[in-house]
Amino acid sequence: MSETKESSSPAETEREAWEEQTLKPALERHPERKKSFQTVSLKEVERLYTPADTADLDFAQDISFPGQFPYTRGIHPTGYRGKLWTMRQFAGFSTPEETNARFKYLMEQGQTGLSVAYDLPTLMGYDADSPLSEGEVGKCGVAVSSLADMEVLFDGIPLEQVTVSQTINAPASVLLAMYLVVAEKQGARWDKISGTLQNDILKEYIAQKEWIYPIKPAMKLVVDTFGFCTDHVPRYNPISVSGYHIREAGATAAQELAFTLRDGIEYVAWGVEAGLDVDRFVPRMSFFFNAHNDFFEEIAKYRAARRIWAREMKNRFGSNYERTLAMRFHTQTAGVSLTVQQPLNNIVRVAIQALAGVLGGTQSLHTDAYDEALALPTDRAALIALRTQQIIAEETGVANTIDPLGGSYYLEALTEKMEQEALEYFRKIDAMGGMVAAIEKGFPQREIQDSAYHYQKAVERGEQVIVGVNKYAMTDEPSEVPILVIDESVRTHQVERLEQTRASRDAGAVANALDKLRMAAKKNENTMPATIEAVRVYATLGEICAALRDVYGIYEEPAF
Amino acid sequence: MRRCETFTESTKNLLSSPHMSTRKIRVLVAKPGLDGHDRGAKVIARALRDAGMEVIYTGLRQTPEMIAAAALQEDVDAVGVSILSGAHNTLCPRIVQLLREKGMDNVLVLVGGIVPQEDLPRLKDQGVAEVFLPGTSTEDIVKFLHANVKPRD
Repeated sequence: MSETKESSSPAETEREAWEEQTLKPALERHPERKKSFQTVSLKEVERLYTPADTADLDFAQDISFPGQFPYTRGIHPTGYRGKLWTMRQFAGFSTPEETNARFKYLMEQGQTGLSVAYDLPTLMGYDADSPLSEGEVGKCGVAVSSLADMEVLFDGIPLEQVTVSQTINAPASVLLAMYLVVAEKQGARWDKISGTLQNDILKEYIAQKEWIYPIKPAMKLVVDTFGFCTDHVPRYNPISVSGYHIREAGATAAQELAFTLRDGIEYVAWGVEAGLDVDRFVPRMSFFFNAHNDFFEEIAKYRAARRIWAREMKNRFGSNYERTLAMRFHTQTAGVSLTVQQPLNNIVRVAIQALAGVLGGTQSLHTDAYDEALALPTDRAALIALRTQQIIAEETGVANTIDPLGGSYYLEALTEKMEQEALEYFRKIDAMGGMVAAIEKGFPQREIQDSAYHYQKAVERGEQVIVGVNKYAMTDEPSEVPILVIDESVRTHQVERLEQTRASRDAGAVANALDKLRMAAKKNENTMPATIEAVRVYATLGEICAALRDVYGIYEEPAF
Repeated sequence: MRRCETFTESTKNLLSSPHMSTRKIRVLVAKPGLDGHDRGAKVIARALRDAGMEVIYTGLRQTPEMIAAAALQEDVDAVGVSILSGAHNTLCPRIVQLLREKGMDNVLVLVGGIVPQEDLPRLKDQGVAEVFLPGTSTEDIVKFLHANVKPRD
């Protein structure tokens, strides 16, 4: 790196000469296509990047080697040469029976991990028979109201061998409890099972907005799962701090990076406050990022994420433990980038986005299906999505060497810029008193809304091109794709099982368990043991969440 | 195409109307069902406001009853329903029905979100004025409202 520094001045002179002698005449003959070039986050991109753009970087401190601080080039010393990323397709729809069949199908096709999508009533903590669930049961994911549904969902899937990721947030502790009880009934040991709970409530208040309780008790529930898993399920990741939804709500890449990592810092701070040891619980925190269209901006984001996390864990929390410092993350391609128009084009978008995730060093990846702007994926669309990952892994050669784009003047400069933008947001949020306070003020929410609006306007002005939508649109589109339809019979089926469950369980035991849970919540004890007991006697998700609402109340979004 | 023609004709009417400048178009942007994805609703609300309309946003997780009550209370010309969860066939017709029951015969119901092609005719038969699918320009929605909101005193 010292050589670069010494040569930066001659490089500048050489650049000026190039601009004068080579570039200028070329521009006079052929002006550039546009006055300014921008990323999908509407950030300016320079014409050319040279050693001068990376002159301030120190190789040992800023870039370094894979598996070494600050992990810019990845967390594993062997990259994907040792182990490929986990191909983990998010799936869930209709009844637990149908989703169980889709899981088995995906595993037969070579998928290496499972990821459950729950329907909206489950995400909001309502049972299938709640009046609020009408029209929504099994639509956006699989419907789970009690342990009886969870038993069907994982029937024939050995939880000691397969890792399962669950996308669930406000009622996450309840679904974790169901998962643990199903594992136990299978004879799997809690200290052997692994998997991930999304359990990131902060990004719900910021972006996805599927909340139940006010922020502070909701944070307490998250910290309860940290404590419980650290002691009893040590290989399980109790949180996946998620930028995905923040990005989908309209954030720029830098905002996704900044808010997600600052959320991560907030969780660590709350864990520490609750008396947990940083180097025992932080190693099991995982992250989740979006893979959007702007190829280099995304790769820079992942590299910056690892570097910032390592530095923050060291500087803020004094950790020197490798597994605390090294950020592991999942990636999903950008649902928001998929178009209804000419839907097969989405296969190409997904492939390029997935490639960015891989070049950014993701630990696991979900590739969207081409029909997801229309509905939940069909079998055929889900299969192509999986094959896309397999082609990247097995045919392209990108997994042969570690961080193959490291050292690119553009990428390194962009990585540095991403880090600086994130740190600027950290300063603002710290000054507000942390992320919970910033959310209460509506700060990240407003920043994201502004970005979403500016992006929409840029699309409408034609500055951001969406192929098939605002350019190359077709009036008569050639191919209609078949879509998955979920009808109202799903709700009837689910309500029937719920009624059977309620009829056959020990009602006294349920009432006792729910009382114990209320008591644990009131006394500020860890709620996980009481939640597990309630689940075990078949208290429903809706009943458990109602019990916690009795104690904690509900969240009302402030107007902003 | 039909939409553009209607726009031109109606704009002429509007321009000749003495009430044109006295009352802004009032729109209720509504988010029914359990889904919390409000990016679209917020972008639309801001775009309509920037186009000079008065916009009221219901906030999340409103029942059809709450939406109809808000439409009546706010005396709106149109209700823009944002829905991405697949529950449109259950929720949208009920919103239309409740508006009509409350005497809001001229209030337009627009739907924006993820709605499969085959559901469009049924929604329109049930009284939805227009469904705007992903990729719609906010300007098209502004034009549609100008063209179809009936001028009133």
